[in-house]
Amino acid sequence: MQFITSESCGKCIPCREGTKRLLEILERITKSYREEETEVDSLMRFQGMLYLERLADVIKDTSLCGLGQTAANPVISTLRYFRDEYEAHLYDRTCPSKACRQMLTYTIDAEKCTGCTLCAMRCPVDAIRGKRKEAHYIEQDKCTHCGQCELNCRFDAIIAE
Amino acid sequence: MNIKINNNAYWANPGETILQVAHREGIKIPTLCHMSDLSPTGACRICVVEISGGQLVPSCAFPVHEGMDVQTNSKKVRRSRKSIIELLIANHPKDCLICVRNGNCDLQDLAEEYGVRSYRYVGEKRTGKLDLASPAVERDPEKCILCGRCVRMCHEVQNVGAIDFTDRGFYSQVAPALNRSLNTTACVYCGQCVTACPVGALREKSYLKAAWEAINDPDVHVIVQVAPAVRVAIGEEFGMPPGTISTGKIPAALRRIGVNEVFDTNFAADLTIMEEAHELIERIRAGKKLPLFTSCSPGWIKYVEHFYPELFEYISTCKSPQGMQGAVIKSYYANKTGIDPKKIFVLSIMPCTAKKFEAGRPELSVTQAEPDVDVVLSTREFGRMMKIAGIDFTRMPDEGFDDPLGESTGAGVIFGASGGVMEAALRTAHYLITGSDMEQIDFTPVRGLQGVKEANIRIGNATLNVAAVSGLHNIDRFLEEVRSGKSEYHFIEVMACPGGCVNGGGQPLPASPEKTRKRMEAIYEIDRSLPKRCSHHNDSVKALYDDFLGKPGGKRSHELLHTRYMKRESI
Repeated sequence: MQFITSESCGKCIPCREGTKRLLEILERITKSYREEETEVDSLMRFQGMLYLERLADVIKDTSLCGLGQTAANPVISTLRYFRDEYEAHLYDRTCPSKACRQMLTYTIDAEKCTGCTLCAMRCPVDAIRGKRKEAHYIEQDKCTHCGQCELNCRFDAIIAE
Repeated sequence: MNIKINNNAYWANPGETILQVAHREGIKIPTLCHMSDLSPTGACRICVVEISGGQLVPSCAFPVHEGMDVQTNSKKVRRSRKSIIELLIANHPKDCLICVRNGNCDLQDLAEEYGVRSYRYVGEKRTGKLDLASPAVERDPEKCILCGRCVRMCHEVQNVGAIDFTDRGFYSQVAPALNRSLNTTACVYCGQCVTACPVGALREKSYLKAAWEAINDPDVHVIVQVAPAVRVAIGEEFGMPPGTISTGKIPAALRRIGVNEVFDTNFAADLTIMEEAHELIERIRAGKKLPLFTSCSPGWIKYVEHFYPELFEYISTCKSPQGMQGAVIKSYYANKTGIDPKKIFVLSIMPCTAKKFEAGRPELSVTQAEPDVDVVLSTREFGRMMKIAGIDFTRMPDEGFDDPLGESTGAGVIFGASGGVMEAALRTAHYLITGSDMEQIDFTPVRGLQGVKEANIRIGNATLNVAAVSGLHNIDRFLEEVRSGKSEYHFIEVMACPGGCVNGGGQPLPASPEKTRKRMEAIYEIDRSLPKRCSHHNDSVKALYDDFLGKPGGKRSHELLHTRYMKRESI
């Protein structure tokens, strides 16, 4: 969706405004709970979902060119075939397919961890602690869910749930 | 060919769009970006209709074909239109209450018609900086809905191209090149973009505050001048039909607001004709460069200054009627009445936004210290002023303008319509050449809404080739002919706005060709009803020449009533 909004030329309203709103709705529901989240924010997650399907249909039906007409297709087809995943995001704030990193909690399996320090070196926010050759651990309040540790670990010691 | 709209059969001509057929048959389809006569863009998608197969197409750009089945009111159509309106509102400031277009806004009307009752979509809003630097037109990019009407108006009708789409996607906006302010561009301040804008993103700069302060100051002698095209349009601000003639109501209302004197710009229009007709005859007799272009339209003058500075010698040196009236008030009138010109405040009511810029030109100042015209209000601002003052315009009695600068003839009135200056000048030129008035005063070939009107007229032994042009895109052909030395015209009238001042950038909104036509008819109606219809019969103008100016084209006239032009750069 991000790709679509940056490729939109801005001429017709459904593509220019609609894809942006579509992206915003998806971003809202793929975020994990934060303490600074207000009640309004929580309500907006639900409100967005109410109108997601309608908005996607309108963008598809009324856009001027092929970009806009196909822009909403991923949303429309996932709503058709993976509606339960949307519901899991919305109600449980979990991502069953583990694709939304913002919803995952990263931890380190102490048994698998060899203490190679690679994850700690790659962590952009210094959220990983631990001595060399000892099992490491992640400070959850610092973690930004970027997934770099999981990508770099050679021992499958990072658990993302 | 036969088509069906909402299950009713209609006859359509090949090449017509669905929208054209629907509007002809009285079926309403809402539009935002559509402008009749200009190229369709199909950008706003408000006008979508459903055709067989359930496909939605923009009716403004979709041609009809045989056997077409169109639904303009299906569930899908209604839902799409409403969603589009909601998407626009989601990216629009919610300040309707304090917006200049409150109650007169296409987006507001659509939201009301489609029953939008909640902000369905919320999120990031596009930001942009206000552009308040120009003396005539203000721009608020945050209110812009990117329909592109102003862009097409500026490019296709006015051929100026001061604004266009910049950036892309969600962050696209309509702005001058490099996102500079309008006052650094070639914008001629004609204000046609303001009349094209469906929302409050483009608007005239308001000088109401300065006007009120002068009116309320007992030491200041406030003199108002009212342009010809205002009297056939101001009634619209009070619910009267377009083309209602309210010549007498205007001075009555202004006196109740508290101004000291109300003069008529038509007087100065008569004066302009005396000067311009003399200039034309002088040029023809002396074999000087021709054609002579008129100089009444400030938008047109700025256009020449930007794009054709080498053709200055073909432009009449006469000031516009507004400039002449200001100059005469601050010299002749001040002398005559003994009022200090510094204490005189000249307030113009004009159908125009470019006049606001013209008033600030340093060369239009007889005293060199302050401008001849202090403040210019548009017709819309004048309407607002009366509403603030609690004046019910519809119930005003008919009163006359004040003497001595209030007397005018039919020739002055028709300045308000495209072709009018030409006609008025020919009436006086005929008299000056042959010594008698034209037998047929009405010179109809230069009347009407067309952008270019050409005619030949025989005066005495000479035949004059004349043209009246309105809408700046029509003038390039003539200017190129002049540039290459092939022009066979003697006299060309140019009005920046299509149709002339009656369709000016400061006139009541919304603009439409139909309204322009009605206002134009009213202008000629006033002309017909006046006992004197030639500028040289205006006794006050004669008195002005006898007492003060000497003769038309004389030394004093040149000091007060003529001006010069300067080359202007643009980005």
